[in-house]
Amino acid sequence: MIAYFASPEFAVLLAKMIIILGGVLGALAYTSLVERRVIAFVQMRPGPNRVGPFGLLQPIADGLKFLFKEQTVPANANILLYYLAPIAAMIPALLSFSVIPFGPDLIIADLDVSLLFIFAVTSLGVYGIVLGGWSSNSKYPLMGAMRSSAQMLSYELSLTLSVVGVLMIANTVSLSQIVTSQQGYWFGVVPRWNIFVQPIAFLVYLISGIAETNRLPFDLAESEQELVAGWHTEYSGMKFAMFMLAEYANMVTVSALATILFFGGWSGPVFGPQWLQMALPTAWFLLKIAAFMLLYIVLRATVPRFRYDQLMRFGWKFLLPASLANILFTSFLAALS
Amino acid sequence: MIEFLFLFFAAIAVGAAVNVLAQKHVLYSALSLILMLTAMSALFVLLEAEFLAVINVIVYAGAIMVLFVFVIMLLNLPRDENGDRLRWLKFVGIPMGVFFLLLIGRTLWTAAGGEPAQPRITGSAAVIGSSLFTDYVLPFELTSLLILIALIGAVVFAKKDL
Repeated sequence: MIAYFASPEFAVLLAKMIIILGGVLGALAYTSLVERRVIAFVQMRPGPNRVGPFGLLQPIADGLKFLFKEQTVPANANILLYYLAPIAAMIPALLSFSVIPFGPDLIIADLDVSLLFIFAVTSLGVYGIVLGGWSSNSKYPLMGAMRSSAQMLSYELSLTLSVVGVLMIANTVSLSQIVTSQQGYWFGVVPRWNIFVQPIAFLVYLISGIAETNRLPFDLAESEQELVAGWHTEYSGMKFAMFMLAEYANMVTVSALATILFFGGWSGPVFGPQWLQMALPTAWFLLKIAAFMLLYIVLRATVPRFRYDQLMRFGWKFLLPASLANILFTSFLAALS
Repeated sequence: MIEFLFLFFAAIAVGAAVNVLAQKHVLYSALSLILMLTAMSALFVLLEAEFLAVINVIVYAGAIMVLFVFVIMLLNLPRDENGDRLRWLKFVGIPMGVFFLLLIGRTLWTAAGGEPAQPRITGSAAVIGSSLFTDYVLPFELTSLLILIALIGAVVFAKKDL
């Protein structure tokens, strides 16, 4: 055991963990700044631009503020669960990054069932929301938690079923093997991405993914006009920040999965000297994720919110049948070829 | 390393399982059950059955227990104050539990040691999938039919006029 901790493999693993976790956490902090700036841009106002050049130090100022803010606990709250809920939201959100391939070698644990592992840990993320809403002992958080858990349960089905078509094409549930199955080009120009053979699956996945992360137009769990802030109304300081970080982390996970499953992951043109060839796949991957994050933010700035009955009807009567039909169609084609 | 991890997760699983029974509050029992299922999945991983581990979390901890917790919160069940009502069950339950434990203990004690049986299937998704759809296709399809019947039955019960 001691020999393992002193071995070079362990040092490499530790370095990967530090790079990925540090990079992800830093990126999450800056996502908040990008979100505020982009929404401000859409609404034709400057947004936060005072702290540092272009407001670039704003996330650091926010972080300090979160740390020093008073920690309020509502009266008659269930203290144990109230403190546990942000942790229960944060751990699954960060755990999924351990199996995401950021590059050909930049992956912490290359599991055989990494896609299912991500589905498993993200399905545990709902407990943070439910416990946070319930333990606050307040009506708005409870309403938000109720809506959120019903919504996440409903959309998890179509999210999981929508990727089955991709799995049938790639013949694997390992994320790194799904990426390698999309290498190369059709007719020399069109990249071999699954989006071109599974467009319906992609649309269903994207819509369910946005619903799964409780973002507009599916943010009924925290709809400000009715529920103040939904399940985290009673949270302040660092505990609130942990909920926000978990939400952003889930957005990045959904974006990363969309990239891996439908847009070839880290595949892309590689050229130049040795160091550039090492860095380019990761750069392509991050660029694709950034595009999805931008889509998330622009969606928040542009579309109105669903009504609760519309949300349920849309999920169960449109998305679920669409994903099932896609599975049926793809399996026929796979059996024929 | 493996032994250490096994003992760690086994201790969590057993502790959480006992806590499910010991807690007076239903919600704490449900949360302990989730912890127990997660620790069980870790044990499956140690047995190199990653697929089973992941499915265990998705189906039980991620879907069924969410529904449990959801219902408990929706009904806002209070602490079980009048636990006296079912106290007599103790006199049935504890002897039966002890008897079962003794039975297992005796069987394990008297079992002859020998070569461990070679597992016929490994834990990978491909092997489990192909064996489900070739050797075990009839039980598999019958089970899914059974679940479908239960599902339709639940809907019929819940909605009187369809």
